Amino acid sequence: MIATLLLVLVACAIGAFVIGRNRAIAIAGGKVASLHSRPSHHGASLAIVCVVPALALIVLWSIIAPNVMDTAVLSRFSAELADYGVPQIEGFLRDSRAVAFGGIAGFTDELTEQAAAYYQSLNATGNMILAAGTALFVLAGLYLGYRAIKLRTRARHLVERFILVILIACSAVAILTTIGIVLSLVVETFRFFQKVPATDFLFGLHWSPQSAFEGAGREALAQDQSKIFGAIPIFAGTLLITAIAILVAGPIGLMSAIYLSDYAGPRFRAVAKPILEILAGVPTVVYGFFAALTVAPFLRNLGESVGTSVSSESALAAGLVMGIMIIPFVSSLSDDVINAVPQSLRDGSAALGATKSETIRKVVLPAALPGIVSALLLAISRAIGETMIVVMAAGLAANLTINPLEAVTTVTVQIVTLLVGDQEFDSAKTLAAFALGLALFCITLTLNVIALRVVQKYRERYD
Amino acid sequence: MNENPVALGSEAETSSKTAVKMRGTGVDVFYGDKQALFGVNLDIPENQVIALIGPSGCGKSTFLRCLNRMNDTIDICRVTGEITLDDQNVYDPSVDVVELRARVGMVFQKPNPFPKSIFENVAYGPRIHGLARTRSELEEIAVTSLEKAGLFEEVKDRLHEPGTGLSGGQQQRLCIARAIAVSPEVILMDEPCSALDPIATARVEELIDDLRQNYTIVIVTHSMQQAARVSQRTAMFHLGYLVEEDETDTIFTNPSNPKTQDYITGRYG
Repeated sequence: MIATLLLVLVACAIGAFVIGRNRAIAIAGGKVASLHSRPSHHGASLAIVCVVPALALIVLWSIIAPNVMDTAVLSRFSAELADYGVPQIEGFLRDSRAVAFGGIAGFTDELTEQAAAYYQSLNATGNMILAAGTALFVLAGLYLGYRAIKLRTRARHLVERFILVILIACSAVAILTTIGIVLSLVVETFRFFQKVPATDFLFGLHWSPQSAFEGAGREALAQDQSKIFGAIPIFAGTLLITAIAILVAGPIGLMSAIYLSDYAGPRFRAVAKPILEILAGVPTVVYGFFAALTVAPFLRNLGESVGTSVSSESALAAGLVMGIMIIPFVSSLSDDVINAVPQSLRDGSAALGATKSETIRKVVLPAALPGIVSALLLAISRAIGETMIVVMAAGLAANLTINPLEAVTTVTVQIVTLLVGDQEFDSAKTLAAFALGLALFCITLTLNVIALRVVQKYRERYD
Repeated sequence: MNENPVALGSEAETSSKTAVKMRGTGVDVFYGDKQALFGVNLDIPENQVIALIGPSGCGKSTFLRCLNRMNDTIDICRVTGEITLDDQNVYDPSVDVVELRARVGMVFQKPNPFPKSIFENVAYGPRIHGLARTRSELEEIAVTSLEKAGLFEEVKDRLHEPGTGLSGGQQQRLCIARAIAVSPEVILMDEPCSALDPIATARVEELIDDLRQNYTIVIVTHSMQQAARVSQRTAMFHLGYLVEEDETDTIFTNPSNPKTQDYITGRYG
C-alpha cells in the first residue's frame, strides 16, 4: 500500500513539475526573462508543495499506525486477554498480525483468527484514510501552489531553501551518527567502570578477561574480578606494533615520496603513484594471512637459524606487514604536500648554487614538514585502529614486553575476542570491549586533532 | 673605467668601454620542437647594468635563464651555441652547474623567500657553500648582505622572524640580499619589480644602481622607464631574435631598428 502511494507521489511530483513549468511559461507570455524565477524553478516548487506534505503524512502514518492498531486490538479483546502475561500478549499480537498480513504464525486459535480479522478491517480503513489524506494534501498543494505562480513569485528561493534543507539533513546524519556512537561508548564504559574501577582498568598490569565469571560460582573464584582487567599490557602491545609499523612505513614512505615528487620523471610517476595507491586498496585480511602464513614463519625460521627463539605469532611480523600496509598513506600524502611546495622555492635555492639534495633537505622538506607530520599521524591512527592483521598475526597473549620477537596482543584484537562468541551483553567482559573502544577512539581522535592543528598552524607559511 | 677595451664585436666596439663579463654566441634554445631563441649574440659588460626588453614571449627571460643554466631544470629545454663567463663556456661538461650558480646569482619575478627566518634566508647560501667557518663570520656575511640590499635598518630587530612576514618590497630586497650573500659576480634579475608597488620599485631600482659598483647585473624588464633609469646598455628582443643592443641612451633616443622604435614608443608589445 505504502509502496503504491510512494509511486503515485513520484508520478504526482513529475506531473506537478510539468504543470508548474508550463504555467510559468504561460504567465510570462513568451518573455521568460520577465519571470523572477526560471520556469523550472516554478515547476520544482510546485512539485515540492504538492508532494512534501503528503510524504510527511505517509512517513508519520507508517510510524504511528501499527501502534494504534495494536492498541485497538488489545482494548477490543481486553476481556479475553485478562489473564495473559506480557509475553503471551506479545505472542498473541504477533500471531494475529501474521495471520492477517501473511507470515509464519506460531500458534493460532479462534481468538487470534478473530483478532486477525479485526486487524484486517482496521488496516483497510486505515489505508483508505491514508489514501484520502494523501490525495487531499496533493490536491490542496497543487491548487495553492498553482495559484501562487505569478510573475514575481520567488520560486527559486523556495527550491534553493529546500535543497539546502536536504543538504543539512544529509550532513546531520553523519554528525548525529558519530555523536550516537560516542555516547553509546561513553555510557557502556561508565557501566563497565561500575563493575571494575577505572584505575584498575587504566593502570592494571594484568589482562585476562576470559577468566571473568558472572553469576553462579563467582564467589568461589578466589581471584579478584577487577584485577584481570588491567589494560596496560594490551596498550603496550598496540604501541609496540604501531611503532614497528611506523619505523617501516615512515622512512620507506617518505623516501619514495621524495623520489616520486622530485626525481622521478613524469612517465614513471604516472605509473608508480597509482601502483603505490593500489597497495592501500589491498583488503587488510589479505595482509593478515600474508603476515600469519608467510612473514611470521619466515621470521621464526630465520630466528631458529641464528639461534634465537621467535614466537610464531610475533609483534615483529604483524608490525612489518602493517608497516607495508600504511606505506601508501605516508608516501601518497607526503608526495602531495611535497608537490605543494612552490617551484619558486626550489628555483630560488637552485639559483643560489644549492644541489638538488641540498634543496630538498634544507628547503623543500622543512617547508613540507607540517604536512609530512600530519601524514605520519594519520598513518599512526590507521595503524592503531587496524584489526585484521593483528588478529591473524600478533596473537592473543597479553604479554607486557617490548621484545618484538614475542607474541603480544592489541586493543583491537582484544575487542574482537571479547565480543566473539555467546555471552551476555552486560557482563564485565563485554562491557570491557566498550571501554577499550572508547580508549582507542580517544587516542586516534587526539592524533587526528593534533595532525589537523599542525597542518593549520603551519600551512600558509610559504604563501 | 677600463681604458683598453676588449674587442666586443662590431656593435659593442663603438659604444662600450668596459670588459666583457659574459658573452653569448649563437645561442639557440629549444623547448621540445619549438625554438625560442635564434642565434643570439650578446655581450654582458662587467660592472654595468644591461636591460633586456621586448614584448612578452620574445625570449628575454629564456636568455636570462641560460646565463646561469636555470633552464636545466626544464626537461624539454635544449640549449646550443656558446655562453661564456670569463671566457669559460658555462655549458662545457667540465663546468659544475652548482659552482656556476654560485657565481651567477638570480633574483626572480615574484619574491620567493624561504619559509625560514630572515637571518636563515640570507645565511642559506653561505652555509651550503661553506663560506663561513664560524657563527660570527656567518652573522657578519648576513649583516653585510642585508646592509648592501638596504634592508638591514628595517629588519635588524627581527632577524629571527620569518622572512615571509615581510612586505613584498622587503621580501624582494631580502631575495637580493640572499643572492649577494654568496658573493656572486653576476646577478640576473627577472622582472624583479613587477610584483612591487611604485615606492618599493624605486627602492629596488636605487639598490640596483648601487650594486653596479661591485656586480655585473642583467635585468629583464617590461617597464621602458625602468630600463631607461637603471641600465647603461639595453638589448631589445623580438620573437626570439636579438633585434638590437646598444647604450641605453641611444636605444631610447635614436634606435636603429624600427621594431625597437615601435616598442619603446608603445606601438605594440
